[in-house]
Amino acid sequence: MSPRRTDAGGRIDRLRTIRFTFDGAPCTGHAGDTLASALLANGVTLFGRSFKYHRPRGVLTSGVEEPNALVTVLRGEVREPNIAATMVEIYDGLTAVSQNRFPSLAWDVSAANQLGGKLLSAGFYYKTFMGPAIGPLKSTRFWMLCEHFIRRAAGLGRAGIAADTARYERMNAFCDVLVVGSGPAGLMAARAAADQGARVILSELEPHLGGSANWSGETIDGMPGADWAARAAGQLEGYDNVRLLPRTTVWGYYDGNVLAALERVTDHKEKPGKGEPRHRYWTIRAKSVVLATGSLERPLVFPGNDRPGVMLAHAAERYANEYGVLPGHRIALFTNNDSAYRSALALKKAGAAIVAIVDVRPELSSEMRELGDEAEAKILFGHAVVATEGGKALSGIKVQRFDMVNGALAGEARSIQADCLLMSGGWSPTIHLASQAGAKAEWNAARQAFLPPKPTQQSPTQRWPTQRWIGAGAFTGSFSTAEAIAEGRAAGLSAAGGTGTPAALPVVEAAPGDPDPAPVFEIRADGKSFVDFQHDVTAEDVRLAHREGFVSVEHLKRYTTLGMATDQGKSSNIPGLAIMAEALGKPIPEVGTTRFRPPFSAVSIGSLAAERFGDLRPERLTPMHDWHVANGATMYSAGLWYRPMIYGHPGETIEQAYVREARATRESAGIVDVSTLGKIAVQGPDAAEFLDRVYTNMFSTLAVGKARYGLMLREDGLAFDDGTTWRLGEQDFLMTTTTANAGKVMQHLEYFLDVIWPELKVHVTSVTDEWAGAAIGGPKARAILAACVTGTAVDNATLPFMGIVHGKISGVPVMICRLSFSGEMAFEVYSGAGYAAHVWEALIEAGKPFGLVTYGLEALGTLRIEKGHVTGAEIDGRTTARDLHLDWMLSRKKPFIGSAMMDREGPIAPGRLELVGLVSLDNQPLNGGAHIVEALDEANPHDSIGHITACCYSPALGRYIALALVKDGKARRGTRAHISDPLRNRFGPVEIVSNHFFDPDGSRMHG
Amino acid sequence: MLITCPYCGPRDVIEFTYQGDGNRERPQPASQDLDAWNAYVYDRLNLAGDHNEIWQHSGGCRAHLRVVRNTLTHEISSVAFTRGDHKVAARHKAEGKI
Repeated sequence: MSPRRTDAGGRIDRLRTIRFTFDGAPCTGHAGDTLASALLANGVTLFGRSFKYHRPRGVLTSGVEEPNALVTVLRGEVREPNIAATMVEIYDGLTAVSQNRFPSLAWDVSAANQLGGKLLSAGFYYKTFMGPAIGPLKSTRFWMLCEHFIRRAAGLGRAGIAADTARYERMNAFCDVLVVGSGPAGLMAARAAADQGARVILSELEPHLGGSANWSGETIDGMPGADWAARAAGQLEGYDNVRLLPRTTVWGYYDGNVLAALERVTDHKEKPGKGEPRHRYWTIRAKSVVLATGSLERPLVFPGNDRPGVMLAHAAERYANEYGVLPGHRIALFTNNDSAYRSALALKKAGAAIVAIVDVRPELSSEMRELGDEAEAKILFGHAVVATEGGKALSGIKVQRFDMVNGALAGEARSIQADCLLMSGGWSPTIHLASQAGAKAEWNAARQAFLPPKPTQQSPTQRWPTQRWIGAGAFTGSFSTAEAIAEGRAAGLSAAGGTGTPAALPVVEAAPGDPDPAPVFEIRADGKSFVDFQHDVTAEDVRLAHREGFVSVEHLKRYTTLGMATDQGKSSNIPGLAIMAEALGKPIPEVGTTRFRPPFSAVSIGSLAAERFGDLRPERLTPMHDWHVANGATMYSAGLWYRPMIYGHPGETIEQAYVREARATRESAGIVDVSTLGKIAVQGPDAAEFLDRVYTNMFSTLAVGKARYGLMLREDGLAFDDGTTWRLGEQDFLMTTTTANAGKVMQHLEYFLDVIWPELKVHVTSVTDEWAGAAIGGPKARAILAACVTGTAVDNATLPFMGIVHGKISGVPVMICRLSFSGEMAFEVYSGAGYAAHVWEALIEAGKPFGLVTYGLEALGTLRIEKGHVTGAEIDGRTTARDLHLDWMLSRKKPFIGSAMMDREGPIAPGRLELVGLVSLDNQPLNGGAHIVEALDEANPHDSIGHITACCYSPALGRYIALALVKDGKARRGTRAHISDPLRNRFGPVEIVSNHFFDPDGSRMHG
Repeated sequence: MLITCPYCGPRDVIEFTYQGDGNRERPQPASQDLDAWNAYVYDRLNLAGDHNEIWQHSGGCRAHLRVVRNTLTHEISSVAFTRGDHKVAARHKAEGKI
């Protein structure tokens, strides 16, 4: 029997033992335990080290707001850091480790930071690491040097480097009523709405529906609250119009009642079921929303309030009632409100001794006295806890007389032995989602809390009139279960648009209690009093920020980092605000609260990426894909496409393979799959006129059956895309674009037709997937075609340069255009995609006697670099047609998109980066992205005059060459420069030459 | 945010591409007035309130739409084809389908 487990009670399954490890030590728990409850049951008090001071920390809460007990969960090589132990359901084989400690949790060297506590106050790093005004470590350089070490010492868990292999999914859902939170209010709301016939989704971030009913010890409808909740949940399961989403956190509330939720589908399982994703990201579009998100208990701020063993009162009550775990045997409580008395009684009933209830209030109601007496607790009213004692676990507390009117302490401090101290500083409604939806919270002085505005106060002219939510239960500041039940039903009815006849509500038997706490947030005494436990922000830090002039709550947050940790200040925001208000001498509502932003709690990046990643990611394959793979191609991805990089032979390097492919193409013939090129059918009576406006050069003069190379500019006059366009008929053009820009060009054309020139009678259709293409080039290319094409001749007269013919290959109709990217005599053979693999194989077969090779993108790149053709690497959104020496394509006879803007001062100014060729003079490879400099200075590289855009080994030249964009490049031809690539430690001399390395007059392709 | 495409009906904003401020006036193609071109290419209205915008239903019918959207509330008060009413859309509207 574990030392802290009670004999009975709770919803854990005591017959099922679960084995897991924490920091390598084997532990056991029961089915239904969280990691926090199981570790507490094992007697663990120390869960982690704090962020800045490396102070020992225990577990503060029992839920999503946990700031201290953060762990890293390991699954194989994948590590997920900063998970609240309170939210981890244990499973067999769970491996969890603590964080921010070295070398071990119990003995941590950086704990020495505590001794320098006064030094490490707010803004310490900014002030201390400014560095001298001059010298090698001037100003921020010193900080950059120190930062490396500081980041290592202060921090949370370490992220892993192994790829996340889990699957994530996205789901869209629609409903009439979304109920967020399944406590008594949420259960009632869901039931009431469902009974009206509404489609209902009920979400709950915990594994079990029921909320506080599961642990409050109250009786509802004559049965224990947990049983009532289970029955209500079971009834809801029977409704066809209700969807229950446990383990689902609604984390974002967006315009038009769109809510985002994260469902943790398999985190609690040893292994996911077949096809199950790890997380599911729900986008829920709800006609109306019931917010029944409950409230969060606040800590009190006093010296030593972060010692392991100090916990929120309701959390301890929950551990005892829901998990059958006592967080201590001798328990003291410290409170400013009535709710802690119920907790004391619950723990007493579960078997703990209540040594004291320390209450800041000078007098108590008779009901609270009775509860305290029933718990056999000594009640110290008008007292406060001023210190805690112990190391890695609590051993005792010190209390003193306290006057809550002026905050003064009086009399001798007394020691009380206790192994657990429970604190309750009142309750804050969980208004995050309402705040995200634009509601302005209002300070309620009686509740000492920000409450959401009442629905009746929502004026029709509010900023977000489309947000339709109704609050219920503790979310509205109605903290009793009876109120929650009544409000929940009313909210559910109203959300479903029903009126409903008044029916009897479930009867609640609960301990009495006044929901209003005393306005006490902090006890000022010597020692560190923590406000934000996760970011180690103390009350003194808040006052220091005030003294240094940070008066706005937004500035306070940024300076102290209060509320900016992964818990987003769920437990610290209100105490921090209260301390700031006191320092400013202003009431809390005048200091204001910060607006909550999504997400409510941490959301996995994987769920946001969902099907865009992993095995659900879409991919585009050309019709020849299987052939490439079967014939030894190494494929790589280009956007969503997969394309052959090389068809390597055994033992070849990548360079050897592409050089062989490129050389064979120039010597005999090569064939490459160009199906990925964007293809757009441009058709209609005004198609030629439209192309004249879109391209810089003329297309209306193009004869039917001919193709022309075209260049497009953007509206701002910079180069956009290039490609050939084929005139298939008087009113029928086939435009090709680069692979990467296919979508952008399509959208560009559609925009101009729809918005700018709606009078043009032109229709554009994307036909990229309908046509597949193979480019075959080289001295033997024409002979290969002649051997396999029927129905047309392919000789120079029938098929001149830029001519188009129609014929058949192996019985399949094909369209052949004689154009060249490689610089060889070359042809693009297009066929319907469904027959393209057949045509490809026929071409390969016909090419065998001629030594035809297949080549991939590397060789394609090599051939085009040798020719000096541009691609997306050079048309990079910053270059003009002139920069790329394409000014010969700029027609002066007509305006075109970009024609006015391209002649502005900037795009024609001297000193622009212009396209050049580079030849390596040290016979070493050049690197893409490397800088070009006039004078080499390896130690302190400076004054770049340009960069390399593409590079290769050129078999035609027998040299390593590159294309580059170089300042005033044209004028530098024939001069020498250096490449400077300090990251890859590559420096060397180059000669700047024309980008047309090979066959500059085009005699090979014109044949 | 939902945009009611006149052709496809109410669809999530994820299906649409924002194509910019709808108040811009493109100079005549042959115009050499660089100030006018500059205003067209670079200047954008940044209104707090009803804004005339161009959206493309890129994940649907691909039509460009003139949308009046309140930049404070995301309320959409009107949606129309930039090219004018399609026959099919007009019929759908007459039949009460959208």
